[in-house]
Amino acid sequence: MRKQQELAIEVRGVGRVYGDGAGQVTALSNIFLNIRQNEFFTLLGPSGCGKTTLLRLIAGFDFPTDGEILLYGEDIAPLPPFKRPVNTVFQNYALFPHMTVAQNIGFGLEMLGKPKHEIAARVEEMLALVHMEAMRNRKVMQISGGQQQRVALARALAPKPKVLLLDEPLSALDYKLRKEMQVELKRVQAETGITFIFVTHDQEEALAMSDRIAVMSHGEVRQVGAPWEIYDRPAERFVADFIGETNFLAADVISIDGPRTRVRLFNGTLLDATYPVDLMPEGKVTIVIRPEHAQLDTPSSTAMLNGQIEDLTYLGTDTHIRVRLPDTSLFTIRQQNNRVGPIGFSAGDPVSLNISEGAAQILKD
Amino acid sequence: MRKRFDIRVQPGFAMIAMFCFFLLYVPIFTLVVYAFNSGISIARWEGFSFRWFVAAWNNNLVIEAAIRSVQIAAIAAIIATAVATLAAIATTRTAGYRGLTFKYSFINMPLMVPEIVTAVALLILFSRIKVWTGYSGLGYLILAHTAFCIPFAYLPIRARLENMDLALERAAADLYATPFKVFRYITLPLLWPGILAGLMLAFVISLDDIVITEFVKSAGQETLPTYMLGQLRRAITPEMNAISTVFLLLSLAIVTIFFFLSRSNEKSD
Repeated sequence: MRKQQELAIEVRGVGRVYGDGAGQVTALSNIFLNIRQNEFFTLLGPSGCGKTTLLRLIAGFDFPTDGEILLYGEDIAPLPPFKRPVNTVFQNYALFPHMTVAQNIGFGLEMLGKPKHEIAARVEEMLALVHMEAMRNRKVMQISGGQQQRVALARALAPKPKVLLLDEPLSALDYKLRKEMQVELKRVQAETGITFIFVTHDQEEALAMSDRIAVMSHGEVRQVGAPWEIYDRPAERFVADFIGETNFLAADVISIDGPRTRVRLFNGTLLDATYPVDLMPEGKVTIVIRPEHAQLDTPSSTAMLNGQIEDLTYLGTDTHIRVRLPDTSLFTIRQQNNRVGPIGFSAGDPVSLNISEGAAQILKD
Repeated sequence: MRKRFDIRVQPGFAMIAMFCFFLLYVPIFTLVVYAFNSGISIARWEGFSFRWFVAAWNNNLVIEAAIRSVQIAAIAAIIATAVATLAAIATTRTAGYRGLTFKYSFINMPLMVPEIVTAVALLILFSRIKVWTGYSGLGYLILAHTAFCIPFAYLPIRARLENMDLALERAAADLYATPFKVFRYITLPLLWPGILAGLMLAFVISLDDIVITEFVKSAGQETLPTYMLGQLRRAITPEMNAISTVFLLLSLAIVTIFFFLSRSNEKSD
């Protein structure tokens, strides 16, 4: 494992409240986060969840009303942005229109008062890093959106920040370019070894790029974990619902055995489920099962669930099948189309469902 | 496809448009033509000549008034633009707050107040100050012109600032630029066309002013417009046309320069 345990950023009890009296709005409340050195850390959440506010607090464009933000142990929360060794890639890049590509990239070093030859060398290095050598003397309005994105990245990396902040940097690009830039960003992060804090509302992007993800909503951090933990072991309904498609089932807790709990579904089927570490499951609970963690079969008395196909959606790589269960709820299954041709089921067919071992997770709420 | 309503295809549109342009430009055209009349009349053509331009050039009163006008306009425009730039930055580079709209209207008030009211008010105020201090130089005119030029300089500068993305200044601060450096390397270069527009607008407005100048000026402080107004009370010769023509060319030159300056700047951003 990489040397990753040293903390780059520690967010301790940070809150941000706007306005006063009756018109008070809480943008962030009591945020605790530890972001490790070299990590690709993502703040994920719907718009208005506070992720951008948190990024602005780390950058210094805004100041917290509570708590502290430590950068390698030093509280930076009261410092103005130009005194923080942290740089930002802005959503719309915010490149300086009256300067060339090279001047944009060199701006930070120039403001730091570095000698000319050092700036020139670093600018060349950055141009090479983002493959923009040929564009060095272009004005920034004369290059494409994807190229502007690269320049913005190079400009923010040139002063060798201790942490790089990225505010939805890919949202203005079209789908194909976005996929390309995802790979590119990962490569640049690996090459430079700089800690990245990435803000996005795109869960797919977050899963694809991050070492760890913090899922946020309503100014609070809901769950922090590796992409697979966020996806397969959501702690609560909001996280399960926000990331990908999911099935919610009601169940009763029967017994607890270490990290596993035995639960009973509405039809009496017994199932093992995992649960969040800070939860003591009891009584009636909700479990989640991802659509790809259940298999469709012909009706059978030994199957976990039986039902009837409501509809099918063919998507090329896979097919989505919605099954009506006896308790009238709908259960979605995603089945990979690993054989050529029709999948052999049609709407109205009676079918059975089996849930993969270890796929069920109990939610906190 | 349904035909969109287009005013250009309505009957009589071309006629009305022609008529409007006719009304606007024929008097100016006539004025320019008669500046070259060799006779003494401004209505009867007697032949082509530059004699009235020569006469104006040799008329010391005209030259003095012209120099004075340019002096006042230049100083007033520069001071007004500097003040307006600061005002525009102060009113756009802050989060909105109660009283901001009030400030906008306060800055733009001189545009609404009838000029004659300002003129009388300044006349009364300045005559007091003249008595107290004994000073009766050009300072009063410059001060008065500065005052009414500020809103004209303010408007284009504020417009430019409002179209400028705040993220640019934020990005500069993020890249270790202190607030002064942000202004020096980002705000000012991007604001330059707006400042230039404000400066030229203020200059032309000051050059052209007659009401306030007429009330505020002391004896022997004729500007070009007040001199011409004075001449109208006597016999009018094509000399007036010649002066007006030069005035017109000067204004056109300023507007043209500004047009090209702002266009070359737009290209670069």
